[in-house]
Amino acid sequence: MDLETIATCLNLKVFSGFDQLKTEVLDGYTGDLLSDVMANSKEGDLWMTRQVHQNIIAVASLKDHAGIIMVQGAEPAKDTLEKALKENIPVMGTDLSGFEIAGRIYNLLKEKQDITRIDP
Amino acid sequence: MHVHEKPTFESNYTVQGGNFDEAGKVASQIKVILKKLGLQTDVVRKAALVAYESEINIVSYARKGTISISVTPGQVKIETTDEGQGIPDINLAMQEGYSTATSKIREMGFGAGMGLCNIKKFSDHFQITSEIGKGTHLKMIINIENGV
Repeated sequence: MDLETIATCLNLKVFSGFDQLKTEVLDGYTGDLLSDVMANSKEGDLWMTRQVHQNIIAVASLKDHAGIIMVQGAEPAKDTLEKALKENIPVMGTDLSGFEIAGRIYNLLKEKQDITRIDP
Repeated sequence: MHVHEKPTFESNYTVQGGNFDEAGKVASQIKVILKKLGLQTDVVRKAALVAYESEINIVSYARKGTISISVTPGQVKIETTDEGQGIPDINLAMQEGYSTATSKIREMGFGAGMGLCNIKKFSDHFQITSEIGKGTHLKMIINIENGV
């Protein structure tokens, strides 16, 4: 499932990376501690965070994330937005909490994989 | 042993302490180079993490520092030397969750006491030495299986 589909389904605001919206989202990761995200997230992840400062762009770029979603109505700081536009990293936003947006994205991705099995 | 092998690539980068605007820039450059050298994804991923966390440590705790990288067919070696306050108790600093970061650093999502642990975890060889009032030296090696 690509970013555009997720952004449309979940009514996300798109702040940057407008021509990267066909990027395939493979999985998701939530976290506000940058070392945790560096160590445990994967390529193709959609990263949900409450951090808005510019260092998140370097992390998303280093980890080859599909994009970033700022939760709880957060918006990128001015220098974050400038960096995201320059480096073409998709940054999006939602008014939902981290918990709610992660749940919805999880469901979308799992639906796509057509997993109907329920773990015991 | 790959110690005496001629490097296929080597370079040095200077990192300015306290400059969070540029934090991660050296790690990004290193990642691009390693990808261009055609190293395996896993090696690039480990080296990028190790370079990033080392760079953040210099930015957070030192006046300035140097990151050097050397690639041979068998390994990626990353070394950092900084001019800074040094680490009084290395065993304590290596404990996950232990941090001396200021609240300003923590607000940005750094300083969770995970950096050094992650560097060690993602390296095949890790060495740390530090001198109070002078600085800290890190040496990390990531093995390349089957060569470049």
